[in-house]
Amino acid sequence: MTGAALDRAESLSRELSRLIGTKHVRGAASERLTYATDGLPTHRRLPGLVVLPGTRDEVIAVIRTLARHEVPFVPRGAGTGLSGGALAASDAVLLVLTRLNRILEIDPTNRRAVVEPGVVNVRLSAAAAPHGLHYAPDPSSQSACTIGGNVAENAGGPHCLKYGMTTQHILALEVVLADGSVVQLGSPGGEPWGPDLVGLFVGSEGNFGVATRITVRLTPTPRAVRTLLADFTSLRSAGEAVSAVIASGVVPAALEMMDRSCINAVEDSVYAAGYPRDAAAVLLAELDGAVSAAVDADARAVAALLTERGARSVRTAADPAERERLWQGRKKAFGAMGRLSRDLVVQDAVVPRSALPDVLETISAIARRYRLVVSNVFHAGDGNLHPNISFDATDAELKARVETASAEIMAACIAAGGTITGEHGVGLDKLRYMPLVFDGEALAAMHAVRRVFDPDERVNPGKVVPVHACREWTGAARGRGLPVAGSFSA
Amino acid sequence: MNGVLEKVRALLGADAVLDPGAAGIAPRIAPPSLDAAALLLGTATAEGWKVRVEGAGTWQTADAPADLALTTRRLDQVEAVEPQDLVATAQAGVGWDRLRQQLAERGVWVALDPPGLAGRTVGSILACATAGPLRQGFGAVRDHLLGLTAITGDGRVVSSGGRVVKNVAGYDLTRLQAGAFGAFGVIARVHLRLRALPRADQTLVLEGPREELSRAADELRESGLGPAALELLSPALARRAGWALAVRCAGSVAQVEAEEATLRAAAGGRFARLGVEESHAFWQRAGEGLAVRPVTLRLGGLPDSTEDLLDLLQHQLGDEWISAAPALGAVRWSGAASADHLRRLRRTLAALEVPLTLERAPWELRRTTGMFGAYREGIGPLVAGLRRTFDPEGTLVVPVAADE
Repeated sequence: MTGAALDRAESLSRELSRLIGTKHVRGAASERLTYATDGLPTHRRLPGLVVLPGTRDEVIAVIRTLARHEVPFVPRGAGTGLSGGALAASDAVLLVLTRLNRILEIDPTNRRAVVEPGVVNVRLSAAAAPHGLHYAPDPSSQSACTIGGNVAENAGGPHCLKYGMTTQHILALEVVLADGSVVQLGSPGGEPWGPDLVGLFVGSEGNFGVATRITVRLTPTPRAVRTLLADFTSLRSAGEAVSAVIASGVVPAALEMMDRSCINAVEDSVYAAGYPRDAAAVLLAELDGAVSAAVDADARAVAALLTERGARSVRTAADPAERERLWQGRKKAFGAMGRLSRDLVVQDAVVPRSALPDVLETISAIARRYRLVVSNVFHAGDGNLHPNISFDATDAELKARVETASAEIMAACIAAGGTITGEHGVGLDKLRYMPLVFDGEALAAMHAVRRVFDPDERVNPGKVVPVHACREWTGAARGRGLPVAGSFSA
Repeated sequence: MNGVLEKVRALLGADAVLDPGAAGIAPRIAPPSLDAAALLLGTATAEGWKVRVEGAGTWQTADAPADLALTTRRLDQVEAVEPQDLVATAQAGVGWDRLRQQLAERGVWVALDPPGLAGRTVGSILACATAGPLRQGFGAVRDHLLGLTAITGDGRVVSSGGRVVKNVAGYDLTRLQAGAFGAFGVIARVHLRLRALPRADQTLVLEGPREELSRAADELRESGLGPAALELLSPALARRAGWALAVRCAGSVAQVEAEEATLRAAAGGRFARLGVEESHAFWQRAGEGLAVRPVTLRLGGLPDSTEDLLDLLQHQLGDEWISAAPALGAVRWSGAASADHLRRLRRTLAALEVPLTLERAPWELRRTTGMFGAYREGIGPLVAGLRRTFDPEGTLVVPVAADE
């Protein structure tokens, strides 16, 4: 870095420290290292500087300062993302929003809440619980991930099958744009005020600005819940049973599948849920509703269908404790897989439900071909697959095989009529696959839309939409960043 | 005028000219394919023509000034129905009733009951985002879209989303298009989320004074009931002596039976169950009643503000033709209104943070008041930027920005 650039970087760091306090501006390499990865171990970037504003006004002041200095920045919540989306390069500032963690309002009458972006997902449901309400999107990381991150990624979760993705639960947003101006999107009741800019913002992975206030819909907590565990001796029959349940007209709250590798990882861990170890797959099906008798009847209908489709046994959780245990195994499956190897790539793709049996077999074949351990745990009702590959990132040859296998899995899902991500986002990890699902016209339109919100492409640069260069779509960011204090080449 | 026709005939063939137009009436062109529609719009932009877009012509009045009208009525293919994956692909000019019938034959439906007359197209419903009473149980129009293809004002074909129920690849341009009135392009093809037809579908109606029905609606909401529709209708719309609270329960037999039992126990046992034919006719008439007066608009407030919004409408515009979802704060009004009336109402509503969207109106009213009215601070430039992105020369005649 040149002397002049270093001076400017240090001056920026001092300016930010004056705005939000020295201890919330972190420039030392050891401090920045904490933020070099998210939940996906295959990508690593050391941010040039990390700032942690504590209030909405501080966020605005920081963004205006960065705009004046023309410095790129990356918004980040808890860093639980699985696409490398919240990583900042050495010429960018990482804007961590976890200190904005206040629930500003819970309005039980209108079933909505207003929160800051750093509120942890599960905390919002806990706060709404006394009113008989909850926040429905429930990503597996819900005990750590933030609502702001959920908005950026359009997060899903098991219960999205019935209740919908994050986008269906966001009513209004206060957003700070790249230039530091503040806009209100949507309206308190959720009706778009003009074109649906809330719908456009949710899932834009930080490219359109930073949400500082989020108005969410709260959902009545179901009064009756039945949880079933069915086990199958083949993946194919489990996949076919899923289609049969969906076609029956009963809408389960959740319909989750785990394969043998995943079952055994869970059963070997502290989250052991009593899943049958010799099963090729288990299905976790949940029915809920307001009236116990109706939910019972639907649960019986689903159990009969699963049996008819080849389930070896169907067990109903006898009490809330057993339900909790069955779910704990599912929700902690990713953690349990940590026992299998040093690193884990949590993949995410979607296929039409009827393609599940074939695609699962294809994934098994890919795993065999590349001599990899792939465990499947996923939202079967939505056709949202999570093939997870266990590996050791320090083994370069193994890492290369993981990359190749991942690409083949994506190609198989696309060939089956599916897409490259159902809930984890594109981030850095899926950039290379975007041209496989969108043509140049669609990618160019996305790029142009992004520039409406952020003409200089300074917010989360180089993510989501590949840039057309040298006849190839790449993630190369425009070279607008200024070096900042502590920046180095990672 | 003649120059336009000649060029269009040369481009798309004489068959594409549905109506050559006359003095003051733009020729009506029906491109037979997406490519033809793209070619037409590309040419229109190059030539500087203004284009009015329509479906079957049953919803919006055909009076926007333009050099030509592009109708989607020949984009009328239901390209795919896949009951096993609960996805259908339809071109924008397909009539909603025809689609519904084709889906029903395969045991599936799109859980939407938009207002409008027979023949109203898929594209019209999506572009105007007019969900009907089923929005209570199944969400807004945008919640039923998996992906779509739009043709930009300058003839680019832009696809977004996909054909699977969960998809976060790239920005959600599909949601941006839903309810944008075609400002960001002509919706040409859509992938719709289907559901299995409900095994049971029952409508019950309670009649009485509006305030009493609102209280009943509140109680039902508190009971935890999750009906498919919970709609308050004005006497004229319900064709009843008084206001009507209509509750539609749709789902599994067990679920509908349980909901019906709750309803029968509510409101002193006064809910009356409609027969199958009767309930179909009830909802259809209500939907049609909102498509025949000169103006239809919708308000989006909070559930606990619904009564205030109804009072406001009654005071400022009259309350003859109203359909409201009190548990959502969503209100649809139809009738006659002047630009001054609408502006005054929008001013009052803006103070309450309630948007008013003009869904149908004569051109002059749309032009002078805009589909959305004035935007809040900072939004106007974003909408204008998006307009430039999808329609760089302003070829499409859509009044969504203050300066249009």
